[in-house]
Amino acid sequence: MIQSADESVSERSGETVLGVRNLHKRFESKGGPPVEALRDVSLDVRCGEVVGLVGPDGAGKTTLLRIATGLLVPDSGTATVLGLDSVRDTLQIRGRIAYMPQKFGLYEDLTVQENLDLYADLQGVEPAARAPRYTRLLEMTGLEKFTGRLAGRLSGGMKQKLGLACALIKSPELLLLDEPTVGVDPVSRRELWRIVYQMVDQEGIGVLVATAYLDEAEKCHRVVVLHEGRKLDEGTPASFREQVHGHTFVVQPPPGVRPRTIQGRLAGRPGIIDATIRGGRVRVVTEERDIAAVTGAMPDNLAAAIDVAGPTFEDAFMKLLAHARSSQSHANLPAAQVSTGVSPHPREPEATIHRGESADGVVHTRDLTKRFGTFTAVSEISFDVHRGEIFGLLGPNGAGKSTTFRMLCGLSKVSAGEVRVAGRDLRRAGSFARQRLGYMAQQFSLYGQLSVFENLRFFGRAYGLANTRLAERIEWALDEFDLRGHRDMASGRLPGGYKQRLAMAAAILHEPDILFLDEPTSGVDPLARRDFWRRINSFAEGGVTVVVTTHFMEEAEYCDRMLIMSQGRELATGTPDEIRELARTEDHPDPTIEDAFIALAEGAARPRGKEGSP
Amino acid sequence: MALALLRIATLVVKEFLAIMKDPKSRVVVIGPPIIQFFVFGYAATFDLNNVRYAVRDEDRSVESRELLSRFRGSPTFRLVGELSSDREVGDLIDRQGVRLVLHIPQTFSRDLHAGRPAQVQVIVDGRNSNVAAVALGYASGIIAQYNAERGGTLAAGAPNAARPTLQLVDRAWFNPNLQSRWFIVSALGGLIAMIVVLLLSSLSVSREREFGTFDQLLVAPFRSGEILLAKALPPMVCGLFDALLLAAAAVLWFGLPFRGSLPALVVALSVFIVSVVGVGLFISSLSSTMQQSLLGSFMFIMPSVILSGFTTPIQNMPQWLQWGTLINPLRYIVTACREVFLQGGTLATIWPQLWPMAVIAAATLASATWLFRHRTA
Amino acid sequence: MNAFQRSIMRLRGFLRKEALQICRDPSSIALALVMPVVLLFLFGFGVSLDVKDVPIAIVLDDRGPEARDLAERFTLSNYFEPVLVDRFDEARQLLDRREVDAIVQVQSDFSDRLAHGAAVPVQIIVNGTDSNLAQLVKGYTLGVVGLWSQQRAARGLSTSSSAVTIQQRVWFNDAVNSTHFLVPGLVALVMTLIGVLLTALVIAREWERGTMEAILATPLRVGEIMVGKLLPYFVLGMMGLGLSVGLGRVMFGVPFRGSPGVYLLLSTLFLLASLGLGLFVSAAARVQFVAAQVSIIVGFLPAFFLSGLLFDLESTPWPIQAVSHLIPARYFVSASHTIFLAGDVWSVLQWDALFLGLMAVVLIALARSRLGQRLEG
Repeated sequence: MIQSADESVSERSGETVLGVRNLHKRFESKGGPPVEALRDVSLDVRCGEVVGLVGPDGAGKTTLLRIATGLLVPDSGTATVLGLDSVRDTLQIRGRIAYMPQKFGLYEDLTVQENLDLYADLQGVEPAARAPRYTRLLEMTGLEKFTGRLAGRLSGGMKQKLGLACALIKSPELLLLDEPTVGVDPVSRRELWRIVYQMVDQEGIGVLVATAYLDEAEKCHRVVVLHEGRKLDEGTPASFREQVHGHTFVVQPPPGVRPRTIQGRLAGRPGIIDATIRGGRVRVVTEERDIAAVTGAMPDNLAAAIDVAGPTFEDAFMKLLAHARSSQSHANLPAAQVSTGVSPHPREPEATIHRGESADGVVHTRDLTKRFGTFTAVSEISFDVHRGEIFGLLGPNGAGKSTTFRMLCGLSKVSAGEVRVAGRDLRRAGSFARQRLGYMAQQFSLYGQLSVFENLRFFGRAYGLANTRLAERIEWALDEFDLRGHRDMASGRLPGGYKQRLAMAAAILHEPDILFLDEPTSGVDPLARRDFWRRINSFAEGGVTVVVTTHFMEEAEYCDRMLIMSQGRELATGTPDEIRELARTEDHPDPTIEDAFIALAEGAARPRGKEGSP
Repeated sequence: MALALLRIATLVVKEFLAIMKDPKSRVVVIGPPIIQFFVFGYAATFDLNNVRYAVRDEDRSVESRELLSRFRGSPTFRLVGELSSDREVGDLIDRQGVRLVLHIPQTFSRDLHAGRPAQVQVIVDGRNSNVAAVALGYASGIIAQYNAERGGTLAAGAPNAARPTLQLVDRAWFNPNLQSRWFIVSALGGLIAMIVVLLLSSLSVSREREFGTFDQLLVAPFRSGEILLAKALPPMVCGLFDALLLAAAAVLWFGLPFRGSLPALVVALSVFIVSVVGVGLFISSLSSTMQQSLLGSFMFIMPSVILSGFTTPIQNMPQWLQWGTLINPLRYIVTACREVFLQGGTLATIWPQLWPMAVIAAATLASATWLFRHRTA
Repeated sequence: MNAFQRSIMRLRGFLRKEALQICRDPSSIALALVMPVVLLFLFGFGVSLDVKDVPIAIVLDDRGPEARDLAERFTLSNYFEPVLVDRFDEARQLLDRREVDAIVQVQSDFSDRLAHGAAVPVQIIVNGTDSNLAQLVKGYTLGVVGLWSQQRAARGLSTSSSAVTIQQRVWFNDAVNSTHFLVPGLVALVMTLIGVLLTALVIAREWERGTMEAILATPLRVGEIMVGKLLPYFVLGMMGLGLSVGLGRVMFGVPFRGSPGVYLLLSTLFLLASLGLGLFVSAAARVQFVAAQVSIIVGFLPAFFLSGLLFDLESTPWPIQAVSHLIPARYFVSASHTIFLAGDVWSVLQWDALFLGLMAVVLIALARSRLGQRLEG
């Protein structure tokens, strides 16, 4: 476990290692207004302190870190590093700080040891001092056994740890980390934070870390929230939590009712800032310090109990963001407040957990295996997905989710086992069988040069929509996804959240029966993610079968059932409750899906109810 | 069937939009034609003009001056100076001051009068072998002309008329002034069509792979044949358009004759383009990034241009290499284009070029289709 | 450890990294070592401007001994492979089908006229489509006929007794062998590929993969990055050079008349200029795709077309000549021709060296100014 932040503040703290004053930075963008990356931002990082830089995409986190390293020059304002000016004394600063950029700067065609040697040379580490340093870093990162392996062949988590080791090759006085844990599995994330805290405790360095994971912000001594280049707020995690004290509640669904149903009911309601599913219950953040907004929205029979919940940093963050957005123009309003859940199909009245049970589901796999040469990417995966169900494929990067997914969609050949979608093998069934499918790829995968309208028209026609029907559906999509204002814009130039909506619109334009979504929320800020899940819910309610992959463990709560994978193998399958049950212990009575994953990955929990599991 | 046509039409529209809206592809359609037009029209020339030469006239007679005046009158040569010693000759050629020296020995007029062969020494700088050979050819031509005319006047002037002369009448068919621009520019349509078609088609699949749109396309209810057809059409149209545009520019701008039939040119270019599109789609199916596509196209373009007879004759190559050129589609279109432009080729006369291209087209398309299915489905 | 030692340590680390990357990346090796061989093969065998065994048709309308003697001359010549045909129509068809490149027609009154001492026309028709070949064929045909009449004159069977004869001397390249002319120039092309294309690609790759941001944030100085990038690719370029020169000497028997030291100096300057251009392109482009395109347009194409490698620069229009003065390859090609074929002619080489040196300095300085300590240019 990570030590709590408050305990580790050492006596030596107080000396300012990074002082940022009134930073302004704008970037010219081609054919558009200049982007204000930073607007009057000031902050301090002191010795022995970990400061978190938190904000959605485009908040200005990376720009701020780059200015601190002297890689960018601010338009106005100053960044003072160790008493030196970041513009004037760039070279002196660089010998005393360490910076790990988002792409972590590893040479993939060099081995682990060669990467370490390179950075030791570049940082001027004395030859005599190297051996002990290497030993220590390799031990901390658990890379001792892999020194001869090419960096490109390491797993995502190991790459990140190696990147960190390279940054720490010479004890820096200030460590700057840019989203060090993106796409890293929960186990590796914990280890990374453990390494950072070890350095802080033992060497008293100052750390500024940009992150999009809100739970990581809780691990920092102080947090600075950025939004669209402005500093919204600053303080300790506790002070943030204090802001939403009394605003947070949990709703316990009665037996037989899915938490999703309640969450769908609450999200987007006036007076309610946020509604998420956590641990099988619905967490609500309200505008006012009052339970009335929640009770008002809930008919009595839907909630077994409504309790006051302990606030988290995430609650405070959502509240800050909601305020920041509502004070801006209408164009930037979160979609959650703009459109109400209109589903393409008439809503089915009752939502119960188990329905449409049949021997074979809509999606059916048995012992699905994929081998690339001698490497087995997916090994004997079996599951069924039923009609109207949201089924999640969970696991860290490199677990084999995407490979499994590609086999389901017929994009990749099956090495062994069987896979059927709507009763057919998509690879052999011919193009007609794909007619009833919707597919949304991991990255934005529409034609960037084509306008929003042209993309929709192309995909509509591709699936056989024509004439008035096509026109109707495009109109519907433009309204439903709030894309009308961007109808003729090249889709590659849309802001991130809109791209994602357009991709979704294109996938469901032809009203598919089965929707395949590959990492739909990766790289999307927390607000857009909530909005996205709200839509998925509404489609599922309408009878659409959804198969979705994600590496965000908390998103598993939105699924009816899920399969957790690691290293190509199935760790566990079940409903969120069943999965959490696996990690429930005396010390930990109320585990999250993430806790369950870590327990499963470390072998602490044994999946139950599975015959012949390895 | 109607549905399939609709799907293909949809795909084709999308491909066209993608080319027209992608700056990189736009550059490919517009850049090479312009660059090639100017480079091949102006820089790629084997013609000689302004060949700097010097004269070392040791004779200084009426005859020697008469001979030299013919050089002075030639547009090919430009007199730089008169030299007075052999050392100067060596010096001037060494430092590339001149490329050719005419050396007339003291005995020149004496020999002529005595009826002995009179020698003129022509020294050329062989560093550029082609310039040397062509310049020598020009010089021989001027001297032969001189001989002929001198013989003629002598024969006319001499009453006994016992001294017949050999009169050389030389004519060049199809390209009377032997301009290498006609040679190069007439075949340019084929080259441009190849480059544009190859680049566009080789980028078409890998662009989708790189941008991640390819999976989206494969999941949609298209057949792989439909996708391939839609990927092939726009590059073909662009390539044919560029080629015909350049053909028009060749006639209007560079004043080339167009002696053959237009249908013959269009048919030949179309068959050729089909064979190239097969190569392009093959490269594209094979490569996963646009970079690889570009390099792949480059690797194909280089040898096929060199081994096509576009700049230098195929018959000069060793026999084994000449056989190798038989599978090069550019070889046939280069010949066909020249035939249509300069020799008045028609569909019937270019048939020997057409059928090999058709065979190559069938082969490349079949292998592209096979690879595409193999790599995707 | 003082500042200098630290700088050496950084440089050492960086150089070792580059060396490892080159060794592990098959495409660098391919470009540096395989490409020269492929180019040399293609050009050595595929491109030849020489005239050898040109098929010609000889129409003997007169079957007398003199006419047959003349035809015999063509058979003996290395340049021609004559076919005797009976009627002019036949020859014409052969020319149309491009089975022969020229027709030599001896008219029916040939012997008569010779006997009577009248002017005797011999008609030569060349296919002008390939103008360069036609030009050379014309020249050589003139030569054969001229030689025949000279020898008749010598034997007293005078045609025109007082003919001017040409004694031709081709310096530096006696055999007028185009391979000897092409190979030295090719070295420039190989080095441009390594110096500009490969260098631009590897640096753009560092930007793309984000490693540049990471190393910029270390104490590594820009000067050290420059040296660290220049040195390994300099070595690679020199290896390409050695390979090309060695192969050219061994396989194609290209002479090398200058001194290796001078050649080394000139090629060092040229390679530095190319590397500077490559560094500049990649620092400005930062994306591999763009870097590749730009380096082909500003590096490869000019090195091919505007350097005098294949096409004679002096015969091009003046704007193209003017542009060619900005192309480093132009100077190196000129210097290579001189060193390989003529020797150390300082009056030529000093200017080439001066301009190459200037360009190297300017380009490296430009690259240095673009490659700053920061992300923004």
